[in-house]
Amino acid sequence: MFNKKECVAMLLAGGQGSRLYALTQNVAKPAVPFGAKYRIIDFPLSNCINSGIDTVGVLTQYQPLVLNEYIGNGQPWDLDRIHGGVHVLPPYQKASGADWYSGTANAIYQNIAFVDRYDPEYVIVLSGDHIYKMDYNKMLNFHKEKNADATIAVLDVPKEEASRFGIMITDEEDNIIDFEEKPKNPRSTLASMGIYIFTWKKLRAYLIANEEDKEASKDFGKNIIPDMREAGEKLVAYRFDGYWKDVGTIDSLWEANMDLINPNIPIDLYDKSWKIYSRNPVMPPQSIGKNAQIQNSMVTEGCVIDGSVEFSMISDGVTVEEGAVIYDSILMPGAVVKKGAKVEYAIVGENSVIGENSQIGARPETIEDKDSWGVAVVGNNLTVAPESVVAPKAIIYENI
Amino acid sequence: MDVNMGNVLGLVFANMHDTTLGDMTKNRTMGSVMFGGRYRLIDFPLSNMVNSGICEVGVITKSNYQSLLDHLGSAREWDLARKKGGLYILPPFGSRESQLYRGRIEALYGAMNFIKHSRAKYVVLSDCDVVTNIDYKPIVAQHIESGADITAVVHTGVYSSDEIATSTVFNTDADGRVTSVLIQPELSGTCTTSLNMFVMSMEYLTDMIRDSIARGLVSFEKNILQDKCSELKIMVYEYKNYFSKLNSPESYFKSNMALLDPENARKLFVPKRSIYTKVSDNAPAKYDLDSVVKNSLVADGCIIEGEVENCVLFRGVKIGKGAKVKNCILMQDTEVGDNAQLNYAITDKNVTVCDNHILTSSPEYPMYVGKGATV
Repeated sequence: MFNKKECVAMLLAGGQGSRLYALTQNVAKPAVPFGAKYRIIDFPLSNCINSGIDTVGVLTQYQPLVLNEYIGNGQPWDLDRIHGGVHVLPPYQKASGADWYSGTANAIYQNIAFVDRYDPEYVIVLSGDHIYKMDYNKMLNFHKEKNADATIAVLDVPKEEASRFGIMITDEEDNIIDFEEKPKNPRSTLASMGIYIFTWKKLRAYLIANEEDKEASKDFGKNIIPDMREAGEKLVAYRFDGYWKDVGTIDSLWEANMDLINPNIPIDLYDKSWKIYSRNPVMPPQSIGKNAQIQNSMVTEGCVIDGSVEFSMISDGVTVEEGAVIYDSILMPGAVVKKGAKVEYAIVGENSVIGENSQIGARPETIEDKDSWGVAVVGNNLTVAPESVVAPKAIIYENI
Repeated sequence: MDVNMGNVLGLVFANMHDTTLGDMTKNRTMGSVMFGGRYRLIDFPLSNMVNSGICEVGVITKSNYQSLLDHLGSAREWDLARKKGGLYILPPFGSRESQLYRGRIEALYGAMNFIKHSRAKYVVLSDCDVVTNIDYKPIVAQHIESGADITAVVHTGVYSSDEIATSTVFNTDADGRVTSVLIQPELSGTCTTSLNMFVMSMEYLTDMIRDSIARGLVSFEKNILQDKCSELKIMVYEYKNYFSKLNSPESYFKSNMALLDPENARKLFVPKRSIYTKVSDNAPAKYDLDSVVKNSLVADGCIIEGEVENCVLFRGVKIGKGAKVKNCILMQDTEVGDNAQLNYAITDKNVTVCDNHILTSSPEYPMYVGKGATV
């Protein structure tokens, strides 16, 4: 018999991340490098362990090789446990046949047996593409105090941004009375963060019922939450006050990286009481050369910098040669920027090489047609020949 | 020659040469002295052994080993948390009549139970005073091929009298067989000096320990290498790659600074022959708006708001606004206040340099500030 756990986390990490395609051709979105030394999934995993949740199922489906290897036995997050710990849960074959995960709810449905082994009172459902620091335990206490059946974490967003999110409409006591997906005229500014706590007994029943409905899309937002509301279950909104960002698009991934070096944005990676853990790449300290100039940036192990770096995120093992200029950009692990190359407002994928005197992206102030400006992206494992030009907003999938 | 490194036991002496680094080893072993921005000296022999295919290693300690135990933990970071083999920490084995060991042989005798238990055929012994990226495989191969009793890893080069004064010097014949041994002689010039790494067979090692203990011999260098030089076949292995030997506070400073030369750093930090160390989950280093950093080695967790030139900054170092830090080694979590100035200083762990404070010294005698001090 397994030791009982009060709360088990289920982390949805199967998404393809199609809007990040240049960076996710061979890796699942949660394994995309972020913030110089992290990968996106480090944030929910670290939040779990820091919140005292030591049993995490990671639901994978799309390109799981890198993600599986990265999670490994969970040791970097202190999730290698005798009872519990982190478990990677891919779809599997059953006596009745084999199915891919056909929706967020279906992924949990297919792993009811995993959750049942720990006999939890509650299940927290997380997503593998959000950057935030959150104490899930506070949310769980709120769920218990409210005697709720489901609690949805919400963020109060500016009114003009509300139409990009799933919006929760609540009464004075934060009970959810209605919701709308990406509304044109939002009736509230409380946006769902994609973080749910359910009383497991209830969720279990709704998951099974939802499976029986052949028409259902087997999704939390589209089926489970509406079903629970219709049946009169108690749904409450948990107001989160802090930094949270969905990094599902190139622009939001770039912005979230830049947020880490913006002193006005409240996400502190240096707070020792809430560390974000990651798998260590085992590299020497960063070597800063005689010609280097680095300001307002984050740089990590294994980098060799002899060029100019400003407002940028430099991941492990990156080389920036003499005379190269990196401005407002993200260099992913192992990227090389050769002499005289300029990388401005761009993302350079893992192990890609930018040839001498190339120009990747451009500063917005140098572009007249503002609509044609955007973050340029060079995919993973590519070579950009010397003297090449990659226009702003361009996305490069092949060697040039 | 193909050598099965699975047959080789590693033995690391964590405390040898403790006195050569002065105050830095007052409260820690030589093996736990911090080096190169994120390492401790023991990381080098341990990583070299692991990278050479040795998967059973004993670490022989004598005293002050709390920081060493904390650093090594379960040895997972060196991939030495194994069911078969792995890392064994061997503190002095106390019995009613025993005292702390006096020399290498007594130290080995204290670890005799562990050594006897191993099924290895050969043993690589290493101290922690040489920083290098060395492959032990060709050395073991040469040892087997030559039929030597002991193979000593050596370097032939031009040395100053100060450097020789802490070294063991070998004279050899044309075949590389040791003909005489000088211990800490007054010499300078071209010499063949010991890098304090040896290979011998398990059989020879255990016989030598038993025999020496029975005769009351304690010093490996004097009683074995020197006195038995003609009856034993002691061969040298000439090591030609990059290394630095730490035998004085000045050499500690120089060896760290040598890594600012990218050539040297490339020779020590070889891809696929990584130097492993304890992971401390720091955030990346942050360079602030007004930071100026040149020719330096910087570890994760540093927050730099001032100027840094020709420095080695360990994990978690903070440099305040307007501070100017040059030619310094700042160990873990050193905090340099706003507008402070440091030149030629070595600060140990958790040192705080107050705002506007000035600390300067000379290249010959860099100032050392002890652990936890506030200046």
